[in-house]
Amino acid sequence: MIRIANGQGFWGDWLEAPVRLVEDGPIDYLALDYLAEITMSIVQKQKQADANLGYARDFPPLMGRLAARIRERGVKVVANAGGVNPVACAREVRRLAPHLRVAIVEGDDVFARIDHLIANGHAMANMETGEPLAAIRSRILSANAYIGAFPVAEALATGADVVIAGRCTDTALTLAPMIHAFGWREDQWDLLAAGTIAGHIIECGAQCTGGNCQVDWKSIPDFANIGYPIVEAQPDGTFVVTKHQGTGGRVTCDVVKEQLLYELGDPKNYITPDCVADFTTIQLAADGADRVRVSGIRGAPRPAMLKVSISYDWGYKAIGTLVYSWPDALEKARAADGIVRERLQRLGLHFEEIYTEYFGVNACHGTAAAVVADPAEVQLRIGVRGTDRKSVDRFTRELVPLVLNGPPTATGFGDGRPPVREVVAYWPALLAREEIRTRVEVVE
Amino acid sequence: MKVPLSTIAHARSGDKGDTVNIGIIAYRAEDYPALVREVTAERVKAHFGDLCKGEVIRYELPNLGALNFLLHEALGGGGTLSLRVDAQGKTFSAALLRLEVQT
Repeated sequence: MIRIANGQGFWGDWLEAPVRLVEDGPIDYLALDYLAEITMSIVQKQKQADANLGYARDFPPLMGRLAARIRERGVKVVANAGGVNPVACAREVRRLAPHLRVAIVEGDDVFARIDHLIANGHAMANMETGEPLAAIRSRILSANAYIGAFPVAEALATGADVVIAGRCTDTALTLAPMIHAFGWREDQWDLLAAGTIAGHIIECGAQCTGGNCQVDWKSIPDFANIGYPIVEAQPDGTFVVTKHQGTGGRVTCDVVKEQLLYELGDPKNYITPDCVADFTTIQLAADGADRVRVSGIRGAPRPAMLKVSISYDWGYKAIGTLVYSWPDALEKARAADGIVRERLQRLGLHFEEIYTEYFGVNACHGTAAAVVADPAEVQLRIGVRGTDRKSVDRFTRELVPLVLNGPPTATGFGDGRPPVREVVAYWPALLAREEIRTRVEVVE
Repeated sequence: MKVPLSTIAHARSGDKGDTVNIGIIAYRAEDYPALVREVTAERVKAHFGDLCKGEVIRYELPNLGALNFLLHEALGGGGTLSLRVDAQGKTFSAALLRLEVQT
């Protein structure tokens, strides 16, 4: 049996979580997931500004903080902290923790090969709209194929203490230690599916130990001290989801079910580079306090195509708010929205979208929300987006004047006009597997 | 008896591009048939009104006593493009639990 913990569900998750996992009980592997869909574009921009950046900058200091303890306890760290610059990330880890052996996985980054790939007939059409990638060629910021668990397992086989990957799948961080420890092969689809589903359960950190859980949430103990998840994996593909004793949170079948359904598409076809997992085969059983046993998982052969995550410059957006108080708070906010829209129109400004929400009334649930009679206050929230920066900038000047020249009792304008933000959009596409060749390197 | 869906099920929602997924899970296995019967793709589409501009697709997971819904074109462009306060669809789960169902 091996214990694989997840101490980071996204870049920005609780800084203490990985430290607590190492300090508070036994684990063999610490998986850290830093990359969301849009993170690659952020790190790409950082690399363009400074060739020594382009990775999750929280990671090297964390390794510095944990170095002595993970060496002492023999814990191996597996992270997709490399972003678009795993080498630079590894060098910074080595600078802060010189005694750690570090290996990197490369080959996911296809940004420099885009023109070559398009010229060779790889359309990389948008999976949602069908548009060919050539349509946005000049605006592409980053392009990375999702790679699977086998290259990460290969990096573990070098004996490294820390494995740093770029755009590997979130689930690969959990599956790779199982492949490495149990010797699973590339065609053992049921086992690979089991490890993939274990990864899905723990990849969002505390979301499987009581965080963001709707089941009797008020009774979930000690959120302040919430335990992050641990999978106790067996060579036969069965596993137990748990957390360290003495930590807060809760692990029950209901909690695990919620996370199984999180960001799920077709449950029979959960596609990864390693296999296709079938969520309708999962069997859960309570296995004592804060323990859930998972078994029965079936998988199917891996796909011929890999998903590519491409980011590109889209344009600009700005979102501004004003608060109106009782009486008639909602009517005042509606009137103010009408005034803003009329003024924008008279200025001849055009936007791809203008979107208004009445925060406190319907912002989250729309027309599904219950009607609130005469609320004490309502926040008017107007957003615009478009490709013309000047138009978006002009919009940001149109809210604050309403405090003096519109409906009465407007407030909440203390921060002045809202900032104009650059919008980087996401372009999911498919690419033939043969085009991606990964390589593992030990960084001395 | 008509009750809010929240009395027999819990839920979690998330995003993928401009698509929201909502998983709803029966607290008790014996209530799963009521979920299948009452919470149809058509009703979910109507429940969300203007918020969901595209198709709603339903998948069944009887092994978990759960249904999974995909709501297309439901996040105002999705990801970084969205102007919504709930740009990732995190609260769609709770919104669906408002639905009235016959038990």
